[in-house]
Amino acid sequence: MSAGPAVEVRGLIKNFGDVRALDGLDLTVDAGSVAGFLGPNGAGKSTTLRILLGLLRADGGTARLLGGDPWADAVALHRRLAYVPGDVALWPTLTGGEVIDLLGRLRGRADARRRDELLERFDLDPTRKTRAYSKGNRQKVALVAALAADVDLLVLDEPTSGLDPLKEEVFTECIGEARAAGRSVLLSSHVLSEVEKLCDTVTIIRNGRTVESGTLTELRHLTRSTVTADVAADPSGLAALPGVHDLSRDGHRVRFQVDNAHLDTVVAALATLGLDSLVCTPPSLEQLFLQHYGDALPVPDAVGAR
Amino acid sequence: MSAATTLPAPVPAPLPARVSAGAGQLTGTGVLLRAALRRNRRRLVTWVLALGGITVYAAVALGAVYPTAADRQARAAVMETPAGILLSGPGFGTDDYTLGAMIANELGLTVLVAVSIMSISLVVRQTRAEEESGNAELLLAAAVGRRAPLASALALMAIADVAVAVVITAGLAGAGLAAVDAAALAVGFALTGAVFGAVAAVTAQLFVQARAASGSALAVLGAAVLVRGVGDVLHHSGSPLSWLSPIAWAQQTRAFVDLRWEPLGLSVALAAVLAALALRLSARRDVGAGLLTPRRGPAAASGWLAGPVALLARLQRGTVAGWTAAMLLLGLTFGSLTDSVTDMIAGNPRLATVFGGEGAGLTDSFTAAAGLYYGLCAAAFTVGSVLRLRGEETAGRLELLLAGGVDRRRVLGAGLAVACAAAVLLLLVAGLGGGLAAAAVSGRAGAVPDQLGTALVQLPAVLLLGALTAVLVAAVPRRSGLAWVAVCWVALLGMFGPLLQLPGWAARLSPFGWLPRVPAVDVDVAPLAVLLLVAAALGAVALLAFRRRDLSG
Repeated sequence: MSAGPAVEVRGLIKNFGDVRALDGLDLTVDAGSVAGFLGPNGAGKSTTLRILLGLLRADGGTARLLGGDPWADAVALHRRLAYVPGDVALWPTLTGGEVIDLLGRLRGRADARRRDELLERFDLDPTRKTRAYSKGNRQKVALVAALAADVDLLVLDEPTSGLDPLKEEVFTECIGEARAAGRSVLLSSHVLSEVEKLCDTVTIIRNGRTVESGTLTELRHLTRSTVTADVAADPSGLAALPGVHDLSRDGHRVRFQVDNAHLDTVVAALATLGLDSLVCTPPSLEQLFLQHYGDALPVPDAVGAR
Repeated sequence: MSAATTLPAPVPAPLPARVSAGAGQLTGTGVLLRAALRRNRRRLVTWVLALGGITVYAAVALGAVYPTAADRQARAAVMETPAGILLSGPGFGTDDYTLGAMIANELGLTVLVAVSIMSISLVVRQTRAEEESGNAELLLAAAVGRRAPLASALALMAIADVAVAVVITAGLAGAGLAAVDAAALAVGFALTGAVFGAVAAVTAQLFVQARAASGSALAVLGAAVLVRGVGDVLHHSGSPLSWLSPIAWAQQTRAFVDLRWEPLGLSVALAAVLAALALRLSARRDVGAGLLTPRRGPAAASGWLAGPVALLARLQRGTVAGWTAAMLLLGLTFGSLTDSVTDMIAGNPRLATVFGGEGAGLTDSFTAAAGLYYGLCAAAFTVGSVLRLRGEETAGRLELLLAGGVDRRRVLGAGLAVACAAAVLLLLVAGLGGGLAAAAVSGRAGAVPDQLGTALVQLPAVLLLGALTAVLVAAVPRRSGLAWVAVCWVALLGMFGPLLQLPGWAARLSPFGWLPRVPAVDVDVAPLAVLLLVAAALGAVALLAFRRRDLSG
């Protein structure tokens, strides 16, 4: 495997007619790490992934994938990666098992034992024609094919959007195994908690531009929970605790934000105050965007207009 | 929650009785019908005008090609051969073959089949296809009755069938034929369409997939055509076997010969029974489910399913099998007609113009003309086959292949290779069928190489159209449907060019115009080589262009 990052994108630009889908996007996936690619719907996540796969051609900027050029070296690179599209379309007259085998053979390395094990873990019936599958089951077909492949990089476009919580858990384990095996993973999502659970680094994009990127620790300020509690005693001492922000009180009710890293000390302190009720909510991506980038980022102008 | 145990529970207001009584299953039919008419207006206008236009055109053209009673009697003799009966009707009025009798007998079958196909496709589009796409779920969640989607589909089909009947009646009466007989013929067309539309309404309840629903309805139509044909061959004017087929009922009105309306009562009754059955079934089953559960398949792919060629071949195997059977039938028909047609052409100079024969070698000319039909059919298949690549792209499946480590050129090349290999197979089958049938009829073994030769000589032109389609798919994907315009163009030039006595350069605007008319003339290698070179060049352009563009949905 080549040294350096698995994916390195600098200033990527892509236009669809008058619409600028990507506007100077940056993205790095370090070799052997799991990178989250986060943004609201329509931010340009799928467009970026499709450029990295050589399905679309960038209009500007540079993109390197496993040390190669995603457009010119597409075939050689594709043998070293596996892809799960956001909206999985399969050949309706083939069975799930046939599609998994076909995709494995195209790549040249198929591991039958691993495939059967994954089929069992994801609880997928490979004898059904794919037209009879639900969205979740079609996604499982693509996931099993990708996870069974012996590759350097996994490119996953919102891979859990059709899975139930139990299968999401299986998926989390599989990503852990991929990391342990030294694979790099690029995973797009619009669910912050999923990225927190799975990823080493996060890149957040909006309107085709990178607005934030780094390790989860570096982005800790983004993962503040909101706490609302009813307490019997005077809660004013809470404001002095580390990691507590924006405390406000209304009689016995107190509301504040807390860095997730300091949750345990804060909850312990709350317990000593005589707790009547406690609600702790993680920030949603929407909240994040409202709080951090709400008015700061203008919507990019249409290309060529004005 | 403790309050709930002590307070009396609120009594829900009773639902209006009409909702719980199971009535209202047709609620919303009118709204759905209006939406369907609006969505299908272009399709409806095209079908109706095309069917009306073909009928009127045929009336005028047959009048021009067979101006005298003697010409028509010669034609009648051909129509009384087994192959003639299979391709036309029971042969009413062949002893005094008027233009009306000719239209009813010869054009009838074509229009009956076309109207039936129209009805089947309209019904399946509005029912099973909507369920397959998930649109029906959205509709049925609104205030729409369980039977409303099917009822609106049947109403849409009825409107289309009635429109066809009106246009054909007006057209034939306008061409100077007896209006009452024209109406009987047209009503027969419409009612037969309704019968097969109702068959599709039933199959749409049985199968989960729209293609299976329309495919099985088309199979019923094919069986009806075959039963009618065999029944009529057994006995002139129809045997008891013929009467088992709805196709026969429309033909048995004896329009323009000795009109009777009674057989159409059978069509009305069968259409009504099938429609009622389908409506009952539609109210009893789950939305999205069929009455027949789909079969399971293999859990693992067989060893050969390992690349784009194998995949594309696998995806098209059903289509290719159907086309192969159709080409075999076409070959057998042309082959068995060879002798009788040659006799007929000899007595009709205008027909000789159509078949391009002058003086000797009429049989060879007819064989060469059959070859053109084989070639046009193979071209239509090849264009459709190459266009499947675009279908794979819009469905989002192409990106699975490309992201799986397959070179774009390999995918396009695989699409071309599968299409071309199947085209060779189709031409071989047609030529072999034609040759064997001609040899059986004439006792001349040389008919086999003649027919095979005329079929295979079409290949360069077929490949050129396939490569042109590949260029469209690769360079202007959103306009790739234009390939069908090319197919219509070469078909029109090929079939009507000689009749219109177009100059030679005009015929050469089609690749088929450059082909040597084997076996009427010797094989000339030069034009075949040029066509192959052009096809290869187009193929190379397609491969280059496909590498350079974005994938699009």
